Amino acid sequence: MEPVLVSFAFLLLGSVACACLGGSGKAASRMGAAVCLLGALPVLFAAGKVLWTAMPVAIALPWQIPLGSFHMTLDPLAAFFVLVICVTCMLAAVYGVGYLSAYAGRKPLGVAWCFYNLLFASMLLVVMAQNGVLFLMAWEAMSLTSFFLVMFEHETPAVREAGWIYLIAAHLGAACLLAMFVLMAGPHGSLDFDHLRTPAAPVAAGVLFVLAVLGFGAKAGFLPLHVWLPEAHPAAPSHVSAVMSGVMIKTGIYGLLRIVSLMGPPAPWWGWTLIVIGTASGIMGVLSAICQHDLKRLLAYHSVENIGIISLGLGMWLLGSAMGHPVLAGLGLLGGLLHVLNHSLFKSLLFLGAGAVKQATGTLEIDRLGGLRNRMPLTALSFLIGSAAISALPPFNGFVSEFLIYLGAFTGVVHAQGMGILGAGGLITLLGLGLIGGLAAVCFTKVYGVIFSGEPRTAGAAGAREVPAGMWGPMAVLAGLCLLLGLASPVGVFLVAPAATMLLGEPCIATALKTALPPLAFIGLGGGAILALSLLLWALRKGLLSGREVVSGVTWDCGYIAPDPRMQYTASSYAQPVLEMFRWLVRPQVHKNLDPDDFPRQAHFSSHTEDPFRQYFFLPLFHRVEGLARWSHRLQQGRNQLYVLYIAIAVLALLLLQVR
Amino acid sequence: MPLTVSILHLFLALLLGPLLTGIINRTKARFAGRKGSPLMQPYFDLLKLMRKGAVYSRTTSWVFRAGPVVGLSVMLVCLLVVPAGRISGVVSFRGDFLFLAYALGLMRFVTVLAAMDTGSAFEGMGACREVQFALLAELAFLAGLTVLGLGSGHLSLSGMTASLWSGSQAHVNAPALLVAMSILMVLLAENARIPVDDPTTHLELTMIHEVMVLDHGGVDLAFIEYAAALKLWLYAAFLTSLVIPVETGSPLLDLAAAVCGIFLTALCVGVIESTMARLRLRHVPRMLLVAMALSLAALLWVLR
Repeated sequence: MEPVLVSFAFLLLGSVACACLGGSGKAASRMGAAVCLLGALPVLFAAGKVLWTAMPVAIALPWQIPLGSFHMTLDPLAAFFVLVICVTCMLAAVYGVGYLSAYAGRKPLGVAWCFYNLLFASMLLVVMAQNGVLFLMAWEAMSLTSFFLVMFEHETPAVREAGWIYLIAAHLGAACLLAMFVLMAGPHGSLDFDHLRTPAAPVAAGVLFVLAVLGFGAKAGFLPLHVWLPEAHPAAPSHVSAVMSGVMIKTGIYGLLRIVSLMGPPAPWWGWTLIVIGTASGIMGVLSAICQHDLKRLLAYHSVENIGIISLGLGMWLLGSAMGHPVLAGLGLLGGLLHVLNHSLFKSLLFLGAGAVKQATGTLEIDRLGGLRNRMPLTALSFLIGSAAISALPPFNGFVSEFLIYLGAFTGVVHAQGMGILGAGGLITLLGLGLIGGLAAVCFTKVYGVIFSGEPRTAGAAGAREVPAGMWGPMAVLAGLCLLLGLASPVGVFLVAPAATMLLGEPCIATALKTALPPLAFIGLGGGAILALSLLLWALRKGLLSGREVVSGVTWDCGYIAPDPRMQYTASSYAQPVLEMFRWLVRPQVHKNLDPDDFPRQAHFSSHTEDPFRQYFFLPLFHRVEGLARWSHRLQQGRNQLYVLYIAIAVLALLLLQVR
Repeated sequence: MPLTVSILHLFLALLLGPLLTGIINRTKARFAGRKGSPLMQPYFDLLKLMRKGAVYSRTTSWVFRAGPVVGLSVMLVCLLVVPAGRISGVVSFRGDFLFLAYALGLMRFVTVLAAMDTGSAFEGMGACREVQFALLAELAFLAGLTVLGLGSGHLSLSGMTASLWSGSQAHVNAPALLVAMSILMVLLAENARIPVDDPTTHLELTMIHEVMVLDHGGVDLAFIEYAAALKLWLYAAFLTSLVIPVETGSPLLDLAAAVCGIFLTALCVGVIESTMARLRLRHVPRMLLVAMALSLAALLWVLR
């Protein structure tokens, strides 16, 4: 019996059991998490074996699905994604037990865990499916189960709206994928990935590529298809947000990798498209994040940013392949894949941290928090590590993957010698990444600084307590992994190398590894040196201060001795100068009512930022669509007599055509 | 031999770093017609601070105490990769400038968080200005290094600068001078000098870097001051490696030339501080955009 099938069987049966037996108590959570953990083990073992030996495992079951076959393969690419999915889903499940305990007795937790485990199983099936129909079924299952999870708190109108936006976005994407698979169908309409037709004409291949980018990009959150992320992620329970943002959107990246590699040799403009999308998503994602006042919405925009970085890596992969530049292609692919892993770690860590903050204080509004690091020190430390990692600072893991992409881009620029397509692509990547990295640091100094530092701004924040071990444990593990993959940076590269080798071939990846490994070793050493020196200097400082007078006082506020928490700098004011520079892009709206009197009695100031794509593109578009639909009401009024007339007219028209 | 000299440069940096502040202050004093404090004053200040106890705000946590420590260790590690004049760095590897840029980012990150840890509105104000200007300075720095990488075909700081002025890469020399001008602006911004920030200002509202360290004192402040001196040395050393045109053949003479160049840079910063007014805060980004434009102009030159 294949371990993979054991996992699927266990997860499916376990989900049904959760739904039927779970009820709404804490037992349901324990049962759901146990199903997830136990169900993950066999497939994790199988994936580890595949990554180690690079020998794919094919599974074909003699089950009939209409137009398809039950054909799965666990090859290195799938195994890598299985690894990413399992790690995040398992840790999020452990966290979920504690997180959902607040809802015990009020909500059908058994059903929620049923959907959670089904989501897990469907993501596993998505990355292993080797048949178009099976893939689309798994894809749809993934969208629907996550939709139900997003709707967990459906009493709130905002959550319902978020759910609808998500459902619509998911299905518009799926429609593109359906069209793509139909166009790629092989002989006798077979949709097995082995039989898919690679079109010879460049135009046809281009159409397929665009459909793939639209379909998978809607899931991944490419600009401008990202509008559902900032709605759906904040609405879902935090452990589900962690799974959705950490791994579910990565299935879009997986699909793009898998399908584009089946499309034959890429054209340079494919790479260009991804580089432009990546730069735009990265910059707009992080800028929109800086504007946000809600922590989870902010983190959702950061997912758009990080998907942009991954997309930059993939763009360099395609550009390098198309232009015959193996080092560029190899480094881009390795960096992009490694960023998938790294982002799954630090983003799920940050979402779990946001959940802990929500549970401890009851709010996610950044400007109503503050001073949490004394009240929840472990959450604060984990969140700090996650913040440094997502800002791509050494010695954490985010820097390693961005470094690979940077190195690829630089190699592209230097070897292009003269502008050319390659050099321009590299240059855009370089400057784009530089800007994104700087802005991410702005955003996360704001988030950590306002939420965890200083004094609590509200009673809710002042009364916060550390979350139980079941919740900070998974965060600590993720933070540890972020540090480990940053210090032992070559380890991450070795984890993604088999998948990259499968897509690009042995010699290409070998060259890329030869270019990348020595600097990565130095980076690991440098990070280690910073840590070691810090410990040393900390000891020196301690030694110097021992025996001396160390006193505490109030913070220096220009001599004012009774500072109030409300006098602290707020997140909005912290972000204002940067937003001022980019206001032509993000358009923050300010509502103020400042009393012009010399001694103002009352003043009011607030700012908020709508997503420009939602506001100026999708809303008008859907209004148009609604208008069209209204117009079609004239034809379809629900009167049977009229429909009979339509049929008669249609038949008559067909007859006339036939006669002529 | 070259490695020994590189290590010697590292020790000189650790030893002579604070002297740069002394030189700048002496230059400014002379321009103002004053005698000025002794050249060694920064050392005296550091020694005085190292002997003091500490006062901590009740609001602060370990992050506040870790900020100066991490900042100084980052600086110590960064000095390993930076070349000075014709002397290459102790360590050099492909993409080491990225490590440098992001490690300096780490230093900024911890400094900013230490400032935010106090809960002071002034420090928050300084912190947000710091990250705003650093964002642009980092971009200008990266753009400048792209030019050097493209021109020299190397991807390490030492490799890029070693091939400058050597005859074989003559076409990079002029663009390298443009990049040097851009790096000088970045130096002024990153080291909190006029026209971006005034290290001697007495009004919290107008400060950037100084306001972020208002609550630090004693050993912590000594660490911060020392790290700031090393940071100035680092940028000055890199600047000299772009503009010192001769290689004497003797590594020790080269080192002497580099150190002279670094002192000259400090003098030059002093002259700039004495002859320029501070820019209005909202005009600082324009200056940094000019730095970026210079780098991009150099890029066009290299691509010509």
